[in-house]
Amino acid sequence: MDALDVARWQFGVTTVYHFLFVPLTIGLSVLVAILQTLWHRTGDEKYLKLTKFYGKLFLINFAMGVVTGIVQEFQFGMNWSDYSRFVGDIFGAPLAIEALVAFFLESTFIGLWIFGWDRLPARLHLASIWAAAIGTNLSAYFILAANSFMQNPVGYRYNPETGRAELTDFVAVLTNKVALITFPHTIAGAFLVAGSLLVAVALWHLIRNRDGADTPAYRFAARFGSWVVLISAVVVVITGDIQGKIMTQVQPMKMAAAEGLYSTESPASFSVLTIGSLDGSRELFAIKIPYLLSYLGTGDPNGTVHGINDLQALYSAQYGPGSYTPIIPVTYWSFRFMIGFGLAAAAIALLVLWSQRKGRTPRSRWLLRAGLAMPVLPLLANSFGWIFTEMGRQPWIVFGEMLTRDGVSRSVSLTEVLTSFTAFTLIYAVLAVIEVKLLIRYAKAGVPDVTPSSEPDDAERPLAFAY
Amino acid sequence: MELTTIWFLLVAVLFTGYFILEGFDFGVGMLLPVLGRDDRERRVMINTIGPVWDGNEVWLITAGGAMFAAFPEWYATLFSGFYLPLLLILLALIARGVAFEYRHKRPEASWKRRWDTAIVVGSLIPAILWGVAFANILRGVPLDAEHEYVGGLLDLLSPYALLGGATTAALFATHGAVFVALKTVGDIRGRAAALAVRLGVLAAALAVGFLAWTLNIRSSTAAVVLAVGAALALLGALAAATVRREGWAFTGTAAAIGLAVATLFAALFPNVLPSTLDPAGTLTATNAASTPYTLTIMTWVAVFFTPIVLAYQGWTYWVFRKRIGVAHIPRN
Repeated sequence: MDALDVARWQFGVTTVYHFLFVPLTIGLSVLVAILQTLWHRTGDEKYLKLTKFYGKLFLINFAMGVVTGIVQEFQFGMNWSDYSRFVGDIFGAPLAIEALVAFFLESTFIGLWIFGWDRLPARLHLASIWAAAIGTNLSAYFILAANSFMQNPVGYRYNPETGRAELTDFVAVLTNKVALITFPHTIAGAFLVAGSLLVAVALWHLIRNRDGADTPAYRFAARFGSWVVLISAVVVVITGDIQGKIMTQVQPMKMAAAEGLYSTESPASFSVLTIGSLDGSRELFAIKIPYLLSYLGTGDPNGTVHGINDLQALYSAQYGPGSYTPIIPVTYWSFRFMIGFGLAAAAIALLVLWSQRKGRTPRSRWLLRAGLAMPVLPLLANSFGWIFTEMGRQPWIVFGEMLTRDGVSRSVSLTEVLTSFTAFTLIYAVLAVIEVKLLIRYAKAGVPDVTPSSEPDDAERPLAFAY
Repeated sequence: MELTTIWFLLVAVLFTGYFILEGFDFGVGMLLPVLGRDDRERRVMINTIGPVWDGNEVWLITAGGAMFAAFPEWYATLFSGFYLPLLLILLALIARGVAFEYRHKRPEASWKRRWDTAIVVGSLIPAILWGVAFANILRGVPLDAEHEYVGGLLDLLSPYALLGGATTAALFATHGAVFVALKTVGDIRGRAAALAVRLGVLAAALAVGFLAWTLNIRSSTAAVVLAVGAALALLGALAAATVRREGWAFTGTAAAIGLAVATLFAALFPNVLPSTLDPAGTLTATNAASTPYTLTIMTWVAVFFTPIVLAYQGWTYWVFRKRIGVAHIPRN
């Protein structure tokens, strides 16, 4: 074990952890804004109850996203300083713009929304949650543009004098075809999580109390959430399909690694699962769908998909001797888990909608259990998606330009990086337990009472919301 | 003006804004057990900064991002070199940020006590360490010819750097006490004002000593003028706090912190991180900078968006301008 391994583990752990909270922030900010808009338009109290209820869950999650996000920005400089030097001219700009354009919007207006219930006119208060939601979604674009440069570097040239990559076309960086397709894929993945949370919580209350005063609110939330999940699932599938084809063009090794395809094949089949040697080079048993990999990669059922061995030989000739192959079991299984968990969430959403057809109220214990699992499934899908896309790029930190091992900080010792890895893992583990317990506590508490305060409207009246 | 100079100024402005804004919310956090005698008073204090602390912290994220985009070498060397202090700052900011949001989520006293500890420690540690970090930036650190940090943790803990840490902690505590006096009604307001005067005397003594030592290490005319301005602003703040003119006192502490940070940057220029070993290792606004193309794009983005951000963030402070007291804290 050396500092490089620990720095990589730290990046993996802190990034996957951060991205457990980000999807809910992205998706739920918009869904809460929609709920509040519905209340604003119709005056129906159930929408206000749902706004406040899911708003609370949103904020419990939001705090975690904010504090774990700071680590991400600092980490590039702390653990990956040679990477930062190499790409800073290109990579720093979207990060700075993200902070200036998106994070300020998000954090300022979320503060206005949390504390503004009684201090802002209703319209401005509603506008605040929309501004925060827009800020959050914008931030995703800039960070994905930065990440897409690592997958498919564009709009730059290598300057041999300084040994650095230099920006030549900023528009090309922002309109990187990988960024343009990764953005809708990621956003739809985020809505998959947010919609699932709506369904799970509403279903829990619906099945427990079928004829309560708040049943209409929960019925609406369960149906609304299910539709969000289904629509998002369709977008995830379509964008994922396009992504696969772009990936086959710009990072063919990643596509080969997704299948564990060693030899170039046309047509190539897709295996749903394989049992064999761990690196997939020998198989004992496999369920295969013919033509599917060719279609996923090229759009043509008979298209040629290049195999790992051929690409390895090609890259060795191009970049010098060394291994250019990612860890195949990781890419193979993370790709399948991503797809499987995402589809499972969509399937449950269909069941929830079916259970409520023609005004029925769901009553099945099995449906409840499946519903409660719903938010976890797309979270897993998101995490495996990121693990796949980042591990599938290895050994590169910037594809074709810089190896991961060359990006690590030279001045940081193994002790230092172990200290920080341990510290982050411990504090993140403790906070995860606290966060989940709080979420469950507030989810169980149900929608709040929204009768207006009976206290006279004077200077001494308590705040509508206080920490 | 050179693009690199503009960006040096912008990074300076962002850190100055960060310390003025998060300075008072660090102060409020540090003083939580001192000024807040019971849970309701502590909640009053937390709610004075509740709507704004997150927006204040984005100044740091933007400063870090601007540093990364405009001076990648500076960002890379500084963040990898100051590894353990930055790690502590991050852990503190994590604990503190979550604490604000979670503290009121459960009624148990033990739950609140734990989060109070997170708020106090999470505010105190960065308040000290930012001073230590900026003192080291000014004094310089051991860098080799490739701009890599070659010192250890102890190199960052010189007497001058520790004085810097004590100075920022005292300044932020004063700033926070003045802010509580400005934003509250009732008992706590009077106690905060009295504490602000006592802390202010300590902060003034430390700040004068630290700035004098700073100018002794490296100096420029601008730095001297700014340092004198910082001292005068702090004295003005003290005078205003003594006669209970809270608005002026807050203006004074804000100006003092702003001018003190500006002093450091003015003394530092054109260096961004001097080397105490190999002079070739010194990072300057020129050799640490991105290409003119990147700086030009970033300049346009900053010119367009900074005024918008300032406008809506300023408006937030206007929306939450009312003082609050224990009567405003809802029971739950």
